[in-house]
Amino acid sequence: MTYITKPRLHHPTLTKNKVGYTRRDYEGKVSTLCAGCGHDSISAAIVQACWELDIEPHRVAKLSGIGCSSKTPDYFLGASHGFNTVHGRMPSVLTGANLANRDLLYLGVSGDGDSASIGLGQFAHAMRRGVRMVYIVENNGVYGLTKGQFSATADRGSQAKKGAVNNESPVDLIGMALQLGATYVARGFSGDKAQLVPLIKGAIGHGGAAFLDVISPCVAFNNHAGSTRSYDHVRQHNEALNRIDFIALAPEIHAEPAAGETLDLPQYDGSVMRLRKLHADYDATDKLGAMNHLQVHQARGEVVTGLIYVDLKAGDLHRALNTSRTPLNALNEPELCPGSITLAKINASLR
Amino acid sequence: MKRIEAVNDFVVKFANVNGSGSASANELFAKAILRMGVPVSPRNIFPSNIQGLPTWYEVRVSEKGWLGRRGGIDMMVAMNPQTWGQDVAEIEAGGYLFYDSTKPLPDNAFRDDITVIGMPVTAICNATYEDPRQRTLFKNIMVLGALSVLMEVDAGVIEKLFSEQYKGKERLLESNVRALHAGRSFATDHLKPPIGLRVKRADAVGRRIFVDGNSAAALGCVYGGATVCAWYPITPSSSLAEAFEKYCRKLRVDPDTGENRFAIVQAEDEIASIGIVTGAGWNGARAFTATSGPGVSLMTEFIGLAYFAEIPLTIIDVQRGGPSTGMPTRTQQGDLISSAYASHGDTKHVLLLPQDPTECFEHAAAALDLADRLQTPIFVMTDLDIGMNQRLCEPLAWDETRRYDRGKVMTAEELEAGRDFARYKDVDGDGIPWRTYPGTHPSEGAYFTRGTTRDAYARYSEAGPDYVYNVQRLLKKFDTAANLVPAPLVRAAAKKTRLGVIYFGSTAPAMDEALLALAGEGIHLDAMRLRAFPFPASVRDFVATHDHVFVVEQNRDAQMRTLLINELEIDPAWLIAVLHYDGTPITARFITDIITKHVHALAVAPRRERV
Repeated sequence: MTYITKPRLHHPTLTKNKVGYTRRDYEGKVSTLCAGCGHDSISAAIVQACWELDIEPHRVAKLSGIGCSSKTPDYFLGASHGFNTVHGRMPSVLTGANLANRDLLYLGVSGDGDSASIGLGQFAHAMRRGVRMVYIVENNGVYGLTKGQFSATADRGSQAKKGAVNNESPVDLIGMALQLGATYVARGFSGDKAQLVPLIKGAIGHGGAAFLDVISPCVAFNNHAGSTRSYDHVRQHNEALNRIDFIALAPEIHAEPAAGETLDLPQYDGSVMRLRKLHADYDATDKLGAMNHLQVHQARGEVVTGLIYVDLKAGDLHRALNTSRTPLNALNEPELCPGSITLAKINASLR
Repeated sequence: MKRIEAVNDFVVKFANVNGSGSASANELFAKAILRMGVPVSPRNIFPSNIQGLPTWYEVRVSEKGWLGRRGGIDMMVAMNPQTWGQDVAEIEAGGYLFYDSTKPLPDNAFRDDITVIGMPVTAICNATYEDPRQRTLFKNIMVLGALSVLMEVDAGVIEKLFSEQYKGKERLLESNVRALHAGRSFATDHLKPPIGLRVKRADAVGRRIFVDGNSAAALGCVYGGATVCAWYPITPSSSLAEAFEKYCRKLRVDPDTGENRFAIVQAEDEIASIGIVTGAGWNGARAFTATSGPGVSLMTEFIGLAYFAEIPLTIIDVQRGGPSTGMPTRTQQGDLISSAYASHGDTKHVLLLPQDPTECFEHAAAALDLADRLQTPIFVMTDLDIGMNQRLCEPLAWDETRRYDRGKVMTAEELEAGRDFARYKDVDGDGIPWRTYPGTHPSEGAYFTRGTTRDAYARYSEAGPDYVYNVQRLLKKFDTAANLVPAPLVRAAAKKTRLGVIYFGSTAPAMDEALLALAGEGIHLDAMRLRAFPFPASVRDFVATHDHVFVVEQNRDAQMRTLLINELEIDPAWLIAVLHYDGTPITARFITDIITKHVHALAVAPRRERV
């Protein structure tokens, strides 16, 4: 969390990554969220992940909707362009931005109100379309900015701060993402940075639509007894599947792991990411198994975290549309305008 | 009975059943006359339905080149029993009725002031063809054959059209030619050709092309450099996005790699469409969506964001009859106010107003330039009448020296050189700020785009002066727009007059004709055709230099008149509304009648006093 204004000058001994940036270079403006907000931990995890992956900050585009979570892109990656769009519509704007320039990394930040209520349709269709992006829902089960109303991901029976009980079924974003065609589906917890940073790194390296549901307790309105999104509740019910250990094995390295303990994930840039399983029998490449596992554990009141599903052969919207390798926003008259001779032929065909 | 006798100047209407394959035969009829050098203007009149409901195709033949709807029918080709009564009633006295006489009809089904021509088309087809589908399809071609004899349309021209249409499909070509001649033989032997309505070769078409506005607008987007199109199907705009895809597949594929230099997404709704276009525009691609009134309603939240955050994008609104689902297959100019002021808060948007397919092409390409130049949404306000009907119009032209105007985009070099980047600052005095594309420079030029208020450096600020600076700058930008958009065109009356008329869009051909008719009656009007909103100073001057100005438009509430009154602070008494809004295209007869009545009334009223 960048809660107190920090000096702009960096200590010269700060470690730089391969592209010459310190971790501080990935920070943004001072957060205006509440002290202890889970969202700030997620911002810090994004900073950490981008720094560790040697991503140049200006090659990231950050997009969000409206809400507490959607304010956070101002608080990390200050050297990146950001776009705080309209409520629930980040996915479409991200889709358009991605179509315009396929060479940037698209980071979509949303909340449970933004994605599970007003934006449920856009969330669903972005998953269907396979837009290459990291789509993070900072999920606290509550509306923070408007002071404590239930969101659509609040569990049935959970209690609001002022005592109201939620009678409606929760929207299961992970289940929907799986069903709708997301090719990287994970759940993290803002209180477990050691697990969250690698999950974000995995999503960044993924070649298709990556969806991350991050349980992020709201300290102001949803961190009390009776809430199923409080720090205590999530810690007690966290059921971790796996750990991503190390990233970016060079393509030529093929260390032989013990059978069943690890899973190698091919990355968009050609490298390989390795996953260490916590449960040898859990296969993150088996979609049906993943769906089943989730349902079983959700029924027990457990929160399954880790990499839930990954499609090792994921493609994206650009592949489906066969768009040019050169970004569309870099094309000009020579590539785009068919010219007057062609137009004369078209005229002739219309007589 | 006095038969109507007319050469190259009449209206034929085909009454058909939707989905019966009549459309292509009807189009052949129109195109054959066109190929004989005689201008035609056909109009599809169709229901919101796929199959079974009545549909009409009205062809106006006019050697003088009048392309507006005339009103009145000289010959009805009545192939739909369901609408028989109204179709027969619509024929002008002395006109003609062509019908399928397979089943005998009682005498009272006809009128005695028209010429009735019966041909047992169904019986002939049933005797000739086994396949029910062929029976229906060739029925239309046989009728075409009979009409060609009755009206002296050159059979060779129709055969040539067949050979172009069925290139490489010899069997289809041959069977069509056979059906055509079967129809011709019957007419020659039994129908006493010719009738009083005849086509004679002329040379009145020239270099003009015959195309629908949606196809032309799609081509304008291709030529104008649009790379991202997101849309949601809605009549009457769907064929625009489909045409864009068709042309892109022909004209925008990298010849070396086979990769597409375009991306088209059929989105889940209009909100996602405009969202995708907003994202693409923000990221430096030229992007557009095609929609109609209900779609614009859904897009309004995003339109406000794009206005306030200053994102270039183009919306092509093919207007239809509203409100609500309204008359989805009928034409209107009813989205002017909802587009001009779309979204909450203080918003104003640029509207372009094409009159025909040629201008649909030009305005679509211009909109993409204007969007980048002005960094704001640009609307192209076409309508169903221009969009979905083929119209004779000037050939499409493209100046090879023309370069896309990408507007004020700061480059990595400029940022590196230390040029000050203030996203929302008016540094050039025209209200238009500079922008950067995402990913341009490692440390300079990044900013956070948002719908919330901010200072000139794009920093979040709710300070009153920051807000006021920004929205005043947007107003200044709108003033700048008034001089960048296509200027209105003025045509002076033959005689000096104190009367003027303002019109725009698809009203143009009917207005051209009405002006001549009115002048023939001694009513002279200076005419101004608006081509865009906001209005440049010349519009105010035009109104100020006339005692009364008629504003002709196709909606109930005089929306353009409202915009004129509101934006130019004109006394409403100076502007007389001429309104046509029943869903059919406006006619010269209608305009002439209304204006004549007003002028006669004004003649007895005192002249407007200047204050």
